[in-house]
Amino acid sequence: MDKPVVATASLAGCFGCHMSLLDIDERILELVELVDFHKSPINDIKEFTRDCDIGLIEGGCCLDENVHVLKDFRKHCRILVSLGECAIMGGLPAMRNGISVRECLEEAYLNGPSVRNSNQAKILPNDEELPVLLNRVYPCHEVVKMDYYLPGCPPSADLIWIALTALLENREMDIPYELFKFD
Amino acid sequence: MAELNNFSIDGVKCMAREGTSILEAARQNGIYIPTLCNLDGVPPKGACRVCSVKANGKLLTACTTKISQGMEVENDTPGLNELRKSIVEMLFVEGNHLCPSCEKSGDCELQALAYRYGMTVPRYPYFYPKRVVDASHPKIVKDHNRCIMCKRCVRAIKDKKGRSIFVFLNRGFETKIYIDPELAGKLTDELARKSVEVCPVGAIMLRGEGFKTPFGKRKYDKAPIGSDL
Repeated sequence: MDKPVVATASLAGCFGCHMSLLDIDERILELVELVDFHKSPINDIKEFTRDCDIGLIEGGCCLDENVHVLKDFRKHCRILVSLGECAIMGGLPAMRNGISVRECLEEAYLNGPSVRNSNQAKILPNDEELPVLLNRVYPCHEVVKMDYYLPGCPPSADLIWIALTALLENREMDIPYELFKFD
Repeated sequence: MAELNNFSIDGVKCMAREGTSILEAARQNGIYIPTLCNLDGVPPKGACRVCSVKANGKLLTACTTKISQGMEVENDTPGLNELRKSIVEMLFVEGNHLCPSCEKSGDCELQALAYRYGMTVPRYPYFYPKRVVDASHPKIVKDHNRCIMCKRCVRAIKDKKGRSIFVFLNRGFETKIYIDPELAGKLTDELARKSVEVCPVGAIMLRGEGFKTPFGKRKYDKAPIGSDL
């Protein structure tokens, strides 16, 4: 029988959740026995060429490209998991949610103390090759249906391990109190 | 001396003096009812509704309702716990509760209740209201993103004449805690520290003090809120 297939993505995240996934120590040897990895920044597979069993999503949607990737994951993954606070509620990128996109861009490229004197031509990046910022950061479940949520910043390696093995073995997750954290 | 009343919580026979609140009576009998806006030594407010119980079949807040002879209280039931969870979720979506960047994380009562009820994601859409951080006072910083309007600071922090130093400003969704400008000078170092302690979330922080307790040693790191009862 073929091994279950896992895909992962980092949207508006810091890769901390992926680091935490790699932080399962020697169990990573067990993990590669248990599953095959498909599209993921870890193996650099860029496009879906098959359907997957589990998709792990780090980060919320901050760009139009994030929405595209997330919808692509929903189409190709049987189970989709919000991994970490940013995927669940937008996280730190969502701190911009009360501020207009124009104000954010002007602060970052025109008015911020580190750019005030270096961007004399007052250029805001708007090349058509660049993904476009959304009006605000959206949690993943406000864009597509998510099946499970693993909180934490990042979710601890043990939490990811417990959740992943429970999903693979089709049993209920038994999460100890100490591992269920929002920070 | 007040008479003793017999009553029951989830079928367990309890006893308390007449005039005791359901919340206080439950504690005296070793039963935990979750609270958030309630603070020992301060008159109850019934603001957050987290302590909601069913008394003789009626939904009431345990902190503001007194026990009566023969009262039957429902407390730890799936229905009530789901209701409490939904109240906590509403509080989470209504403000901007960024636990990863909050100094109070691990010691926060709102977060601890979310842990206790296993909240992974609120069932309601996030509001992302635009709120500010007010660092104008020389001793404390108010982060309105985190305020849950429990009114604990208003009720507990008073000057020597018994006047509230903190007050509510505006109404409805615009409500925010405000320091009475005439009494701002009365906020001594001791009262400033106390205001940080009475705040269940991280809405009032001491100026110049940030993260101070390491992970694993904070109040709610090892055991859920209410485990001490």
